[in-house]
Amino acid sequence: MTMANDFRGDPQEFAVVIPVPTVVRRDQIEVTDQAVLDHLDAYSAPRLVEYFDEDPCRPVREDYLLSMRAAPAPAGERDAPSRGVTVEARYTVGEYDILVLSAKESGGLEAWLVENGYRIPRGARGVLASYLRQGMRFFVARVNLREKARLGFTYLRPLRVAYESPKFMLPVRLGTVNAQGPQELFVFALTRRGRVETTNYRTVRLPTGMDLPPFVKEEFGEFYRAMFAEQVRREDMRAVFLEYAWDMAWCDPCAADPLSPEELRKLGVSWLDEPGGQSPRARPGFGGPVDVFLTRLHVRYDAAHFPEDLVFQETADRETFQGRYVLRHPWIGAAVCLAGRQYREDLDRRREREAQSLATLTGWSLEEVRRKGEAPARITAEPARGFWGWLLRK
Amino acid sequence: MRGRAELGGGRAPGWLRDPRVWQIGCLAGLLAYGLAVLDFGVSPAQVGLTLGAALAAQYAFGRARGVGFEPRSALISGLSLCLLLRTGDPAWAAAGSVLAVGSKFLLRVSGKHVFNPTNFALVVLLLATDAVWVSAGQWGASAFLAFLVACAGGLVVHRALRSDVSLSFLLAYASMLVARAVHLGDPLSIPLHQLQSGALLLFAFFMISDPRTTPDSRAGRVAFGVLVAAGAAFVQFGLFRPNGLVWSLAACSPLVPVLDRVLPGARYQWPGRVPAVGLQAERLRKGASRAPVLGLPRPGGGGARRPRRPAGLFLLRLLRREG
Repeated sequence: MTMANDFRGDPQEFAVVIPVPTVVRRDQIEVTDQAVLDHLDAYSAPRLVEYFDEDPCRPVREDYLLSMRAAPAPAGERDAPSRGVTVEARYTVGEYDILVLSAKESGGLEAWLVENGYRIPRGARGVLASYLRQGMRFFVARVNLREKARLGFTYLRPLRVAYESPKFMLPVRLGTVNAQGPQELFVFALTRRGRVETTNYRTVRLPTGMDLPPFVKEEFGEFYRAMFAEQVRREDMRAVFLEYAWDMAWCDPCAADPLSPEELRKLGVSWLDEPGGQSPRARPGFGGPVDVFLTRLHVRYDAAHFPEDLVFQETADRETFQGRYVLRHPWIGAAVCLAGRQYREDLDRRREREAQSLATLTGWSLEEVRRKGEAPARITAEPARGFWGWLLRK
Repeated sequence: MRGRAELGGGRAPGWLRDPRVWQIGCLAGLLAYGLAVLDFGVSPAQVGLTLGAALAAQYAFGRARGVGFEPRSALISGLSLCLLLRTGDPAWAAAGSVLAVGSKFLLRVSGKHVFNPTNFALVVLLLATDAVWVSAGQWGASAFLAFLVACAGGLVVHRALRSDVSLSFLLAYASMLVARAVHLGDPLSIPLHQLQSGALLLFAFFMISDPRTTPDSRAGRVAFGVLVAAGAAFVQFGLFRPNGLVWSLAACSPLVPVLDRVLPGARYQWPGRVPAVGLQAERLRKGASRAPVLGLPRPGGGGARRPRRPAGLFLLRLLRREG
């Protein structure tokens, strides 16, 4: 499990507390590159595909591809507070000081954490107690300022923890204690067999594949945020959203370069060197055939709607899914022919459909969308002259 | 006879009195809702193949055993499989149907089939191959409510659905979840959320309540419900595997003959069958008080069947020798 937190503030105040099912050894903890996670994010992010309408009087077509990263997640900082506390392990990894704690009871754990300078939100004690009774340990990471200065990083790098456990779950309850408003979480799952889904919450596929008005290109981030918020509202904030599920041996369209085997290893993929770890489906010219399936899940959650930790299962589903939105730019220029007239009529209908799509997806008002869609560049059709002009005016 | 469906003083036509008709309607409605609204990810081809294979298997096995074609149970098994089984290759869904119907004919003890057909098919497929899975979380909260209403309504109408099993299972399971929450210090919203599962209702009202695979006596059924709940809780929270209900029911089903011997009761009959006459009727009215001879499938469920015992007997003898 690799964790990257968006943190704003003094690094001295940063601490993360994660319940883990077993004690973690030094060789199971690593600091990885933010770049690898950014690459993974860009690779699986929802994408825009642009098409340019051909001259209705003469067919020519070009396709372009844009990719925008989804809105960054304002992830929760986790402060957690610990007597009767056993420090099972203590390491310094990169710019972090790591502790693995177990405790007899949560009051002692909370007190210990507070005494050691961790700020624990009120109400965390109950959640800590629950994890302790389930036999979990606590992985606590804090920034070691001297190491950070020595290493020269200006941001906090992601932490990777490896362990084996039958519990395929992600603890989110600690983050919801005393959080101001809902939190956002992206889960990228790299598996061998197929798509990953939650078993205790409904997994919903994001609406995809629709045509949108061309002005969305300039506002893709805003569109995506609004669309996600609207889908969350429709599902009453009780669903986990699937944004990408694809075999990493190929992509179509590719929103970013595929990840190299080295990057995958950094993310914890351990089976690439095994026989059969190479996918038979890989296209030539790719970064190497890999037998890895990537699932990207996006959750907006709070304590009221997501009382339980997320529990996952790996399915055998290898059906591909991606967030893909299509922009069709209208033909700009004279279209002086019979087909041109038909094209203009179709175009008006299409514009209306695209506007309706956008309004339904995002919850924006239809009038607003229509207004924004009044593109300055429109089809100009000079009044045709001669016989054909007469015929067209009929 | 105890267990026969009652509906409005018997004024309704015969086929409507059969609780299986209501079950088929309910399952079909759920499937339609799931496909249209909940985006189940089951293709129409898979649905068609599953149901078709179930009916075909029912016909084939029925012919081999010399009984008439009875599509209702096969449809129920097929629809349940459509709702629960997920696979990328529809061939596995067809295989599931065949397994389900086949288990009904071949795996019998003293005239009752041992495993709920859908449950058997699910467990065998999950064990045999990596290519199938069960999506426990696909229902969501609104489906749960609608389903609950449908089930409750059905219970009122068809008391023959052996609601004591469903209720004892649900009560036992809910108590275990609440007890776990209390032990961990969790808020009650957690067990409440764990109970709001459409899969749980489907299981409780359509799978475990199958009158042909539950113990004959009320005491036996209540005990069975509690056993399955305990098994499910163990798989879910002790082994940390999903779909604890499915595994637990499969593991507990072989105990039903034992429960029948220890706590005998009257055998359930689907309504609309010709009542047994003569010696067989006597035996049936006395219930399973005579020790059942393992390996000999007795003609259960009314005297309408001719006493032909071909394939099933040989298979069971084979199983006994190996087992």
